[in-house]
Amino acid sequence: MTELPWLDVVIFAPLAVALALGFVPKGRVETLRTAALGGALFVFALSIGMLVSFDAGEAGFQLGTSLSWIPEWGIGYVVGVDGVSLWMIMLTAFLTPLSVLASWSIVERVKPFFIFMLVLESALIGVFAALDMFLFYLFWEASLVPMYFLIGIWGYEKRIYAAMKFFLFTLAGSLLMLAAIIFLYFSAAGEPTFDYQSLLGTPLTLGTQRLLFLAFFAAFAVKVPLVPLHTWLPDAHTEAPTAGSVMLAAVLLKLGAYGLIRFAIPLFPDAAREMTPLIMTLAIIGILYGALVALVQKDLKRLIAYSSVAHLGFVVLGIFVGSIEGMSGGILQMLNHGLSTGALFMLVGALYDRRHTRLIADFGGLAKSVPVMAGVFLLVALSSLGLPALNGFVGEFLILLGMYTRYSWWVIPAAFGIVLAAVYLLWAYQRVFHGEPATKENRGLSDLGMREIAMLAPVVALIVTIGVYPKPFLDRINPSAEQLVTRMRRCSVDGTTGASIPEACGGGAGAGNVAEAP
Amino acid sequence: MSIDPSYYLALAGLMFAIGVVGTLTRRNAIVIFMFIELMLNAVNLIFVTFARMWGNVDGQVLVFFVLVVAAAEAVVGLAIILVIARRRETSNVDDISMLKW
Amino acid sequence: MKAFDPVLAPYIVALPLIGALGLLLLGRRLRAVAGLVASATVGVGFVLGVIVLVQMLGVTEKGGHGREAVVRVWEWISAGSFSVNVDLLVDPLSMVMVLVVTGVGTLIHVYSIGYMHDDPRYSRFFGYMNLFVASMLLLVLADNLLLLYVGWEGVGLCSYLLIGFWFERRAAAGAAKKAFIVNRVGDFSFLIGIFVLSVTVSSLTVSSINEAAGGMTAGIATTAALLLFGGATGKSAQIPLYVWLPDAMEGPTPVSALIHAATMVTAGVYMVARFSPVFEASGGLALGVVAWIGALTALWAALMAAAEYDIKRVLAYSTISQLGYMFLALGVRAYSIAIFHLVTHAFFKALMFLGAGSIMHSLDGEVDMRNMSGLRKVMPITAFTFMTGWLAISGIIPFSGFFSKDAILASAWHQGRYALWAIGAGTALLTAFYMSRLYFRIFEGDLKVPEGVHVHESPPSMVGALIPLGVLSVVGGVINLPGLLTLDHFLEPVVGESEVPSGFTPWILGAIALLAGIAGIAFARTLYLLPGGATRRAALCERFKTPVDAARNKFWVDEIYGRGIVLPGKAFASFCANVIDARLVDGAVNGGGRVVAGAGWLFRRAQSGYVRSYALTFLFGVVVIFSLLVFRVAL
Repeated sequence: MTELPWLDVVIFAPLAVALALGFVPKGRVETLRTAALGGALFVFALSIGMLVSFDAGEAGFQLGTSLSWIPEWGIGYVVGVDGVSLWMIMLTAFLTPLSVLASWSIVERVKPFFIFMLVLESALIGVFAALDMFLFYLFWEASLVPMYFLIGIWGYEKRIYAAMKFFLFTLAGSLLMLAAIIFLYFSAAGEPTFDYQSLLGTPLTLGTQRLLFLAFFAAFAVKVPLVPLHTWLPDAHTEAPTAGSVMLAAVLLKLGAYGLIRFAIPLFPDAAREMTPLIMTLAIIGILYGALVALVQKDLKRLIAYSSVAHLGFVVLGIFVGSIEGMSGGILQMLNHGLSTGALFMLVGALYDRRHTRLIADFGGLAKSVPVMAGVFLLVALSSLGLPALNGFVGEFLILLGMYTRYSWWVIPAAFGIVLAAVYLLWAYQRVFHGEPATKENRGLSDLGMREIAMLAPVVALIVTIGVYPKPFLDRINPSAEQLVTRMRRCSVDGTTGASIPEACGGGAGAGNVAEAP
Repeated sequence: MSIDPSYYLALAGLMFAIGVVGTLTRRNAIVIFMFIELMLNAVNLIFVTFARMWGNVDGQVLVFFVLVVAAAEAVVGLAIILVIARRRETSNVDDISMLKW
Repeated sequence: MKAFDPVLAPYIVALPLIGALGLLLLGRRLRAVAGLVASATVGVGFVLGVIVLVQMLGVTEKGGHGREAVVRVWEWISAGSFSVNVDLLVDPLSMVMVLVVTGVGTLIHVYSIGYMHDDPRYSRFFGYMNLFVASMLLLVLADNLLLLYVGWEGVGLCSYLLIGFWFERRAAAGAAKKAFIVNRVGDFSFLIGIFVLSVTVSSLTVSSINEAAGGMTAGIATTAALLLFGGATGKSAQIPLYVWLPDAMEGPTPVSALIHAATMVTAGVYMVARFSPVFEASGGLALGVVAWIGALTALWAALMAAAEYDIKRVLAYSTISQLGYMFLALGVRAYSIAIFHLVTHAFFKALMFLGAGSIMHSLDGEVDMRNMSGLRKVMPITAFTFMTGWLAISGIIPFSGFFSKDAILASAWHQGRYALWAIGAGTALLTAFYMSRLYFRIFEGDLKVPEGVHVHESPPSMVGALIPLGVLSVVGGVINLPGLLTLDHFLEPVVGESEVPSGFTPWILGAIALLAGIAGIAFARTLYLLPGGATRRAALCERFKTPVDAARNKFWVDEIYGRGIVLPGKAFASFCANVIDARLVDGAVNGGGRVVAGAGWLFRRAQSGYVRSYALTFLFGVVVIFSLLVFRVAL
């Protein structure tokens, strides 16, 4: 009996569910919700199947399918997963049912909402799985549309502005990337092709690499987001409905980091190496700046949104430091950030459902009326600020360690971000949950219900698991991380064109301890 | 006996110029339409001339295409003009500029 | 001979952890038995600790070697060339700490059963306490720096949770946050220290770091040692990061006793002793810093303690001061002496905190010593046990504190650090003075209590915990009595032997230390006990107005930090958010949008809607293109 093509099934199953939802009459809200939840859970079950058949020791792409699609233009349907995309797909499949659960409070236009959610899931998984540049771009842009509508239709007061800003920022970046993809298509070594794995061998001069890298980088830096391209994020996160915020923070931001890992660095390693100091500076500024700005936010959702800017700064650092520890940590941190920030948004959504406000000043003393929620919130906040034995620490530690091995002094401002994280999160926590409940509304709140516990418990369980026993996760990430780092640090331009490439090319001075890795 | 092709071309150029001027200056949609047809026929004439000149049927074939397109265009265009005339009781093109932003 | 294999060690940590999980998850359903369950998990841990200790003492290899073992629990993080595991290191040093933590911990748990009895969050309290004990045990048993860091942050978290246990009170919530954040600053330094060591040694286990320390350059060793010490200043409340500890007294009193006196705050001392080879390798600089910070903190905190009226805050400053002594000991290479003082301090300071708790329990939470006196008559057991603690910390022979404090001063003298010795001896006098002040004001004189309070001795579970601690405060000194049991000798395989002066000198030094204690007590007696003390006090305060004022205001350190760091930080953050983000970055974005919209408005004019103008434009375009073509052909 042949194995199910897990990956393809996982990519298209949400689409099929969305299609099926289309046949449910729009008035039957309860059926729609249950069906959406069931469908999303089914997809998650399928993704578990994929996880099980994934071979942990293997660094390359697995479970792949390669079909010819438009052979005249070298476009194919090529998909596959490695240790990076595996966890991103798992994260998407894991959080979609939870986001559906978090959307019970959506009462208007329920049907299109859930259809958009599932289409979004399909597009996101497609982005992570695609190994054909054309297919990748297709999924990449496809993920934009449902998100645009989720924000624009079901968002809060300033939703139109936020949706527009989100769309324009992302589109501006990705058009540059499209141009670069087309350029790459024509400069492929043999026949022009969009196939990622063939394009990896494309010979490019350093000057070309620089331009193409910058074009890719523009698209990904907006998504990550790196300061100063981040201002779409607080608006979009704040105005989006809970499920939208969760998917935005947990998965959409990862598209940027994933793109850097998968495309920007391996395709143009020399340019990436050359620009590392610049990008690391931006990332560190992002860490400190995001934390500082988060400190003075009055809106709880905006605060969490800015904390994402800081956290993603760590991820980018990990990706670019060029050590296996950093890369593994960065990838793990992508997963971690998805879990903890996703959970924070779910909690803020639960608060909003009760109090219909997101302003910190309107809360206070909630630990007394909603002790369970306060406890869960604290645990998630602690994970977000990197408390050891919770997931955030493992990732941040590996990133900073990887950084220290190669750029020792840089670690000081970066690590200071961890101090600031404690300041803004605990300060916010104190203002929301501690003290005596000042108003009547705050005193009479109801604690987490069964549905909310069902949606938070799995996340909390994972947060603790990754913190205490990250081995199963790291075991699957490490081989791919090692391969990526090796590729990043190898010189691909011949000596004549790459006059000013730092390290790696030539004598390998300063290559550090990772260069010996097989 | 044969007439020099330049006469045909000059005639076609004249027809085309009349068509252009008419299209630009007249305001009645139907008249504009007729001038457009005039331009199309000028082009047809050029095609036929050259086909004859080079002893090649390609030009003749193209004329048929142009004729078909012109017929289709006339159908659709006249239909639109008719509808507009019914609804707005005018066929003056300056009065029907409501598609502008 | 059978090798030493402490299979029980993981259970010592696991028991309180399971207790904590059970209590926190099941919550109120366990209310009836929460206190007992929590005490039992820690108590059984203590028994297991004793069993392991007996096994350890059974190993009698020469020089006490072979008394250490590493127990692998599971593999933790591994990426690239980096890997750390969850391993527990069982050796004499960690066993001393385990016994202190579980022993004192058990007593405080039992005490809490009575103290917290009426609290609505009774089981949660014990859940947090158990979690604390588990984290602290992980800290002391950790075989690598990273696992130690996990325990280190874990105890910090529990400290946060327990200081803010009564979070309805603004002050408590603020103090909890302050404690966590100030500690984070220290942890920042600690974390970078971990990176330095990890990269230098390429392993984080205790043994490999300490073995590699000898081969480090002085620069690296100094950097690493000072960074680690930076972490210790946070956790162990030393200058400049001590400010959180006095505020931490907002927590329930058993918490102050367990976390902020006996165990967590001594984690820094333990850590420095654990990695003493790294400090040694720095060639004196790092140790000098440790010693001087310790000595200065001891003096500084003692000054503030003498001016404080809040009982618990006096004890908090006293704790800071005593921790300073421990660091002083570490800085003069008397590692085992530092641990010795850590142990005796755990006994008498926990005792005094619990005594203070007993008073608060009886006086409805009153903590201002000006509002009470003569309590000895109504609370005899509390008074008597408190007295043993008072005499111990004042360094009166034969109470435990005398031996450990004297040993510290003697070591300082022996190392030729006479200035440090002088500060230590002066602080000893000051210590005796402020502790006597506390004791005299509360327990001696005529009975005076706040109005409407019914004074009574505390319930049995509370005094039951006081008595054993009282006994330990009296006799605790014997664990390092030369010739009898020597802690010094027991710890030697881990931290090396402390050099103690021989001959006649130690007797003189001991006598001076004792005299300092007696002088302090006598001075306090003239001011607080003898008739006319009040007028003498007033005269003294008048005469030394400025320094007394300064000490009463805690030398304005909180204000300086507030104005110098917190306010500018917030102002800068607001600047980032409101100016840079909203105006500059978003301004550029919205400006870009406006430019596009403006351009659109401009070009829109071309769309007149007049077909003829379109056609004209079209014609114009055709003409241009055509002429271009012709022009090019001509070219």
